[in-house]
Amino acid sequence: MSDFRQGNIVKPYERLNREQIDRIHEASMAILAEPGIWCYNKQAAELFEKNGAASVLEDQGDSPCWRVRLPRKLIESAIAKAPSKVVLGARDPQNRLELDAEVPRVYFGSGSETNVWLETEMVEFVDPNDDSDRRKLPKYTEKRGSTALLARAAHLCEQLENLDFFIRPVNIQDEGITEQNHDVNKFFASLNNITKHVQAGLTSLDALGDVVNMAEIIAGGPEELRKNPVLSFIACIFKSPLQLVDDTAEKVFAIVKQGLPLVISSSPQGGSSAPIQEAGIVAQINAEILTGIALTQLIKPGSPVLYGSVPVRARLDDLHDLYGCPEFNQYNLDCVQMARHYKLPCYSSTGVGNAKVPGMQATFEKLFSHLYMAASGAQYIHYAFGLLDRTNTFCPLQAVLDNEQIGLAKHCMRPALIGEAEREEAVEIIRKVMTTNHKLFTRHTRKPVRAGLVSEPYHFESKTGEDHVLEKALDHMAALEARPVKHLARDMVERIFDEIPGLLPELKQSM
Amino acid sequence: MSDEILEKIATNVVQGRVEQEDEGFDDGFEGQPAVTELVEEALEKGIDPNDILIDGLTASMTTVGEKFEKGEYLIPDMLAAAEAVGAGMDILTPHLLKAGVKSKGKFIIATVAGDLHDIGKNIVAIMLKGAGYEVIDLGVDVPTPKIIEAVKENGAPFLGLSALLTTTMRNMEEVITRLKDEGLRDKIKVCIGGAPTSQDFSDKIGADGYCSDAFAALDWVKALAA
Repeated sequence: MSDFRQGNIVKPYERLNREQIDRIHEASMAILAEPGIWCYNKQAAELFEKNGAASVLEDQGDSPCWRVRLPRKLIESAIAKAPSKVVLGARDPQNRLELDAEVPRVYFGSGSETNVWLETEMVEFVDPNDDSDRRKLPKYTEKRGSTALLARAAHLCEQLENLDFFIRPVNIQDEGITEQNHDVNKFFASLNNITKHVQAGLTSLDALGDVVNMAEIIAGGPEELRKNPVLSFIACIFKSPLQLVDDTAEKVFAIVKQGLPLVISSSPQGGSSAPIQEAGIVAQINAEILTGIALTQLIKPGSPVLYGSVPVRARLDDLHDLYGCPEFNQYNLDCVQMARHYKLPCYSSTGVGNAKVPGMQATFEKLFSHLYMAASGAQYIHYAFGLLDRTNTFCPLQAVLDNEQIGLAKHCMRPALIGEAEREEAVEIIRKVMTTNHKLFTRHTRKPVRAGLVSEPYHFESKTGEDHVLEKALDHMAALEARPVKHLARDMVERIFDEIPGLLPELKQSM
Repeated sequence: MSDEILEKIATNVVQGRVEQEDEGFDDGFEGQPAVTELVEEALEKGIDPNDILIDGLTASMTTVGEKFEKGEYLIPDMLAAAEAVGAGMDILTPHLLKAGVKSKGKFIIATVAGDLHDIGKNIVAIMLKGAGYEVIDLGVDVPTPKIIEAVKENGAPFLGLSALLTTTMRNMEEVITRLKDEGLRDKIKVCIGGAPTSQDFSDKIGADGYCSDAFAALDWVKALAA
């Protein structure tokens, strides 16, 4: 693992027993057999049919739809062809990720395409009755996502030591951004500011060639890119429940043919687009993801693919997503186990806050899922940094706070270090200390501290009677952002700008 | 030769190594002679015990203090160094007495009656010993008469009382009252410490000082000696 990020190998918390896993699988197979899926993509319907599915054209209108009933054999034999190990590359080879379905090594990363960037400043307020009583409180400003802010997010995420991969947390909405140049700009703004793995959805299929060309320039050539895929894609191929989307399916065909890693994700909402009951939503999302993965393997067997599970539940007062709740953890934990059952690396979710700003509520909601999902053993956990107001807002200050929390969660999940050597050392130390007058073990803490085995206190703690967490985190963020940006080499950038159309000139000028 | 061994002692104090088998702050020290072995070797070679004390043991504690101030050292590193000095002092004391060198003074320390907590008290004891004081540690749950007896017997100029419980801290006042009753109060300076205590409480019961931690205790006793 020397050429990869270390991640954390955990002893997975297993919510489902073997019988329950089998029941979910059986339910998913039953759903895919009847009612089957509503497939809005002709190519996919034909490919499924060619491989044994029953496909019937149900709607011949503007959006033709095939009802495809998928037999168990098709799904099971196709997913068995998917690799259990996927490597996600990075500009810095030390930042590559090895996702092995049979190893519960956990990585955490950002996500996902919010429209609002929430800026924080601390403003001093004075008690009108006591001029000496001055307190700093956070003041928030909403900004519209832009390429400049995406570049800033990438640079900040490069500095966050507990962030293992980068999914753009903010949507780019600059004046010069169109559907055609959206992809090249978002990938360039990211890759030019971070040396970790970069992943995103593909907005326009037409842009795929340019994006891949850019990635090949960065990786050093077509072959080098396939060995070290510095970027990868996410395709939410299903609109829940069970409707296979036409244009996303086209993108899946094209990405798979390019030989680049792809997440097949699905995000049903328990209570609206899926049953709220655990068995129901998990059986459904499992059916949707397996169908997507089966499609990738029918297109090209052995294609690198991740089992992308983002099950959420509805809050019942407004039917928005509800994060930081028990069901979110339960649904997601179950999906991680299902992915492990199929020997597929798992893209999972954690850490979103319903809260609109950083603070106690956000901290509670995030920690609630960070700890559970760290224990899940999912290989690739997104949504973990900076997301607030469900997934509508990215707050960089919150990302810094999450980095601290995830660091401690990762530490918490370290395996117990109790081998023979540790047993012997324990007895020896206790015997030794008990011969002293003071009976203090302090000197024996030094070795484990030096070895990095002992966690540090919360970095933003306050030693006075007031809470200064946000102020301290903001200072830390300023220090992180002041570090030099790890841009691509100048000649590489020139070549990218020469060869790739549609890049905003300001992305080069700001270097 | 003398300089070399004193430098080695100083280095091992900074590394917080009492015995040969101890690890240091930095790697690569295990198995090499530490403060205990080096002080014995220095004495065997006829080096003046006072030089060992000053150039080998106590001077290096200044370096340790600086490292702590800079955040390079944590409490365990500081205590390990103080413990190393204490171990060296144990070996040196009879030689120093023989040579007529006086210690910095006796410091009696105890957790008062009814209270079994001793972590803070022990840390203070290690630090004081490491700073060159002759520490007489009476232990925990020490009845007031036993403390008075020790004060009389040792003629110590300093007394430190510790308590962690609100129910036992009142016994500190009892000790001070008994010191007055026995006519000893003017001969000894008393400091108190422990989580429920405070400067206000110290003032209220008539102690001479309140020490919030081991560093405060060191500052307190050094200020009295100055």
